[in-house]
Amino acid sequence: MAGRYEIRFSGAGGQGLILAGVIMAEAASIYDGIQAVQSQSYGPEARGGASKSEVIISDGPIDYPKVTKCDALLALTQEACDKYSHDLKEGGVLLIDSDLVLREPPGNFKVTKFNITNTAKNEVGREIVTNIVALGAMVALTGVVTKESAEKAVLSRVPEAFIDLNKKAFQLGYEKAMAAKG
Amino acid sequence: MAFDYDKYIRPGKLPHIWCPGCGHGIVMKGLIRAMDSLNMKKEETAIVSGIGCASRLPGYMDCCTLHTAHGRAAAFATGVKMAKPEMNVILVGGDGDGTAIGGNHFIHACRRNIDMTYIIMNNYIYGMTGGQFSPCTPTGAKASTTPYGNPDPGFDIAKLAIGAGATFVARGTAYHATQIDKLIAEAIQHKGFSVVEILDDCPTTYGRRNKYRSVVEMMNRLKEVAVPVKAAEKMTAEQLEGKVLTGVLHKVEQPEYCEQYAKVLQRAQAAK
Amino acid sequence: MAKKVAFLQGNEAAAHGALYAGCKFFAGYPITPSTEVAEVMSAELPKVGGKFIQMEDEIGAMAALIGASLTGLKVLTSTSGPGLSLKQENIGYACITEVPCVIVNVMRGGPSTGMPTGPSQSDVMCAKWGTHGDHAAICLVPASVQELFEETVRAFNIAEKYRMPVMVMPDEIVGHMRERIVFPEPGEIEVIERTGPSVPPEQYKPYDTSYGDVPPLAAFGSGYKFHVTGLNKMQDGFPTTKAEIVQAEEERQVRKVEANKADIMKWEEYLCDDAEVIVVAFGSTSRSARFAVDEARKNGIKAGLFRLITFWPFPEERLLELSKQVKGFITPEMNLGMCTGVVKGCIEGNAPVLGIFRVDGEPVNPGQILDKMKEVK
Repeated sequence: MAGRYEIRFSGAGGQGLILAGVIMAEAASIYDGIQAVQSQSYGPEARGGASKSEVIISDGPIDYPKVTKCDALLALTQEACDKYSHDLKEGGVLLIDSDLVLREPPGNFKVTKFNITNTAKNEVGREIVTNIVALGAMVALTGVVTKESAEKAVLSRVPEAFIDLNKKAFQLGYEKAMAAKG
Repeated sequence: MAFDYDKYIRPGKLPHIWCPGCGHGIVMKGLIRAMDSLNMKKEETAIVSGIGCASRLPGYMDCCTLHTAHGRAAAFATGVKMAKPEMNVILVGGDGDGTAIGGNHFIHACRRNIDMTYIIMNNYIYGMTGGQFSPCTPTGAKASTTPYGNPDPGFDIAKLAIGAGATFVARGTAYHATQIDKLIAEAIQHKGFSVVEILDDCPTTYGRRNKYRSVVEMMNRLKEVAVPVKAAEKMTAEQLEGKVLTGVLHKVEQPEYCEQYAKVLQRAQAAK
Repeated sequence: MAKKVAFLQGNEAAAHGALYAGCKFFAGYPITPSTEVAEVMSAELPKVGGKFIQMEDEIGAMAALIGASLTGLKVLTSTSGPGLSLKQENIGYACITEVPCVIVNVMRGGPSTGMPTGPSQSDVMCAKWGTHGDHAAICLVPASVQELFEETVRAFNIAEKYRMPVMVMPDEIVGHMRERIVFPEPGEIEVIERTGPSVPPEQYKPYDTSYGDVPPLAAFGSGYKFHVTGLNKMQDGFPTTKAEIVQAEEERQVRKVEANKADIMKWEEYLCDDAEVIVVAFGSTSRSARFAVDEARKNGIKAGLFRLITFWPFPEERLLELSKQVKGFITPEMNLGMCTGVVKGCIEGNAPVLGIFRVDGEPVNPGQILDKMKEVK
């Protein structure tokens, strides 16, 4: 890759978006050997409310740690989509949960949508892995980290007992995004 | 042969700052006799205080002495004790320092049951600043900031300590000088947080505002109100009206904080 | 063997820096956005025989810290604005009694409760003037996760070397962002130990200036008996009101930092040699500034970055020199002009100082700095 790539994971507090961002950044900086910075912003409430986790990935040093012009945005809720889509650049990647985000932001984006939360809940079997389904999808759609590195980063962050669950969540997210991208 | 107090006093640091008739010197002598009876090593003993007349006591003692900020003695002492549990840590101070500005540190030291002894000299007043009322000043009493009589109810320090979790609580008075060293020695030997309240007098700022004509009168009051816990068992509620119980009021065994933390170290190191 | 690498939050790196420096005691109180420092210390200290205590309040935490330091341990606490206000009482106590300790203060919006999760850089004046009375202040303002680790090690070195409290002040962005960190091997970064007494206990004085402006400090429980008080004191540690002693002691405690500024101060100059406009910035804002300087250079503007790594002592002399070559300074900061005022105060009016101030919980972005450069004529 060349230059700076800016990703924002957004949704509601408690959905594990910070962790999704951390894993994406670890995939880049620990396993792919490029640079990454992850930061986050949240209100006083740890649960509920709109929350975002930002990841900057670059092949060179990263000075400004926040998003300037967003290359790729994940929005798991309508509130997050409304609040955090303003600086998504033209032609940028937009991944939304098709059950929960019904109003798409105006603009010319590469939109991909599928039922992210329900995939976690019904197909993987646990809603708690929504963030990993979304992460798999973002890895597929952005292409800025390798699939192998992202998987390694996921597995290094989850407890032993939940490895299979998370592997499945990641894989399903990856496949569904590829299919939905068309 | 007379008891040799000098071996615990820092050379050249006397005379002390306390007024004639103040009971703090009596308490200091009691502390010295207690330390001597337990053969305590001066260099392995830390005496920690806050601010106020009573808090000047550490400066006279030939030990590791720490004269801290107002009310903070228990918090500073907690750091010393936790960092070096093998040291003896003794806190001294007055009623305002310990129960007003230092109230939070006091109750939490009680709750942790950390192995230290806190000697509170309760003279019902802020003496050093000129006689303002403290949380221990009796309702109705005069102080420089209660010229029409004190509207506040006072704290019972012993009950406060027991309620907060101190595992040894005793009370004595400056009049009953020969009892002080025994109470302090028993408190120091107790494993856990021990509190010794000594009812004291301040003729300069409390006595003269509250119609005590002399130090002797103030000392006599201490003599009259004190009832040993044993004697109180045989007295009626009517007879106990206006009296204050003295002696060991509370003594229980509970896990001590530094020992509990030693187990944390073991668990952390086993898991490593 | 390859060095240990991790992807860590700034606050976590500060804790690991403290452990690298040999910290063996932490006392604190929970407060956003610094709590991760305490969390890491609570997990890691017991593994190395250290002690962690969560105190009943911020005041008590600072007090316990000083008590533990007096037994000879290297000590750390962490806090944020409202906690820093409370700690000031005993920070003053550590100043006058000359007890080494390190305070990591992660800056959030204020005053008062302000914006607990929003970034800010508005505690830098509190670092110097927060506690009453005259005293020296040392405040380090790192800008990356790696630097937060390294500056925390340095904070311990300075605290031990000069016998005083040292503050490390990342803004919330630096404290909470995650970056790759390479852990230095033991011995790779210098670790300075406290100078203890070289005389037997009966000759020891805790403020013996025959050793210079920083007297050796003995430990409680090591055979040395001495007195420590927050009152103005003599060389033997006992209180005094003698005018000439109080004056000399107060001056010494400020001089020990003033005279050693070169050893303590640290900054980075980026493209400053030929710069016509220099951005003076620190913490996360310096990262926006560097981004802006690179962009400006691409557009032919001779821009440079003067990045503060110590905020106190402030590199006044060097900025005065640079002020003679530039057309203007730009001072972006997440407060209403604290650094700007200090820069103005040291450049003798040689150049305009244009501030960019944000206190809305958002960082100063590179675009704002680029726009401001256009105002420098």
